[in-house]
Amino acid sequence: MSYGPKPWMQTHWDLRAAMNFILGGTGTGLLLAAVLAAPPAWRWVLAAGMALIAAGLGAVWLETGRKLRAINVLFNARTSWMTREAYVAVVVFALGLAALALGRAPLAQAAALAALGFVYCQGRILFAAKGIPAWRTKGVVALIVATALAEGGGLFVAAAAWALGEPPTLWLVVFALALIARAAAWSRYRSRLGAGAARLTLEPSGRILVYAGTATPLALLAIGLLLPALAPGADFLAGLAALAAGWRLKFVLVRRAAYNQGFSLPQLPVRGGH
Amino acid sequence: MTRWAMIADLRRCVGCQTCTAACKHANSTPPDVQWRRVLDMEVGEYPAVQRAFVPVGCMHCADPPCMHVCPSTATRQRADGIVTIDYDLCIGCAYCAVACPYQARYKTDHPSFAYGEAMPSEQQGADPRRIGVATKCTFCADRIDAGLAQGMVPGVDPDATPACVNSCIAKALHFGDADNPESNISQLLAENQHFRMHEELGTEPGFYYLWDKRR
Repeated sequence: MSYGPKPWMQTHWDLRAAMNFILGGTGTGLLLAAVLAAPPAWRWVLAAGMALIAAGLGAVWLETGRKLRAINVLFNARTSWMTREAYVAVVVFALGLAALALGRAPLAQAAALAALGFVYCQGRILFAAKGIPAWRTKGVVALIVATALAEGGGLFVAAAAWALGEPPTLWLVVFALALIARAAAWSRYRSRLGAGAARLTLEPSGRILVYAGTATPLALLAIGLLLPALAPGADFLAGLAALAAGWRLKFVLVRRAAYNQGFSLPQLPVRGGH
Repeated sequence: MTRWAMIADLRRCVGCQTCTAACKHANSTPPDVQWRRVLDMEVGEYPAVQRAFVPVGCMHCADPPCMHVCPSTATRQRADGIVTIDYDLCIGCAYCAVACPYQARYKTDHPSFAYGEAMPSEQQGADPRRIGVATKCTFCADRIDAGLAQGMVPGVDPDATPACVNSCIAKALHFGDADNPESNISQLLAENQHFRMHEELGTEPGFYYLWDKRR
């Protein structure tokens, strides 16, 4: 069997693992958005965010080989970011459910803070995977956190535009900042990503993120501000575009650009010399 | 201290895959799972083409990324450097597999056999604990431990030496204690130029490749 030195795609983590990063990030973004939402809307936003995080964790649980041993994921908080992610998820759900049950906004804010820790753990999970150069590239943690903010913000703005017609300007400003932060994080990550198959695979999604997921939503938000009559539709589309572009980038990062290290020989054998 | 390590002499390996077969025989790994495999690499362009046969597998790193990421502590490191997997703890998340820069880990979700149904030898060697969890080369730790208990020297006495090393027809594979300056592999390392795969990643593999005499 010959693999040669050329890296090939990892096959261990499939769409189910990617869903954890996609839904977990968007859910985190929603939890942070819940801080901005006025009562009683924050409860719905909080519940939706937790549902997304739970769905992501459920998806990745389906990928494990020994599902009934899932509790063992908690055994290595000393070094494993996957364990830390699990612990932080427990905190997120405990605080979030308490906020929902008691109707206390400060608990929701604490849950949002914990969710930020959750998505940070997700970034570190990728960064610790030394076998996948596209994941262990510096800047991936900031990219994962920034995409979470922008995707959650996009879903929040789209839902608000759908429900309210015209979301408050503050929400739109925060959303716009999240979009800019995500584009900046992508640019930083891209600059550190070495040349190779992973970069070639990620580039189209990166361009979509910049043009369709950042520039277009920002333009739509501006249109909505300048022409209030168009605001509901423009804001709705801006949110969806940001969400879709972010999801695509994350899917490609986890599933399509995840080339392994491959094998390489710094020296070739000198035969006949021994 | 003891630090078990392996050497592959790239000048000697002929790519016969006997080590791969011996490993499969000794460890009853299913089809498509090769804890010890041999890469057939062609490097360069015509007419300056070179071919190298490169045995690979778990490198039993001194700083193993698979162990650090493992959420269940199933992956551990013995005092002698051998990286192990506790099949009863592993949840099969495959995080270790993506963290390993050497593509040394496998996960088999369902029992599989070479000819569909299990042959008698496969039935004998089948271990249900290996289904749905990560598996990899163990450096034949059971042979090492059993041999040491009988006063044998791993890497010297065949009964205490990994199956792949025993089987090598070209004496390309060697095993021994890297911390003992008198050991067989310490001497080989002293006499030859060598490298470790992906050394820049800082994993400090316990698997060395010889490529030329020390000059």
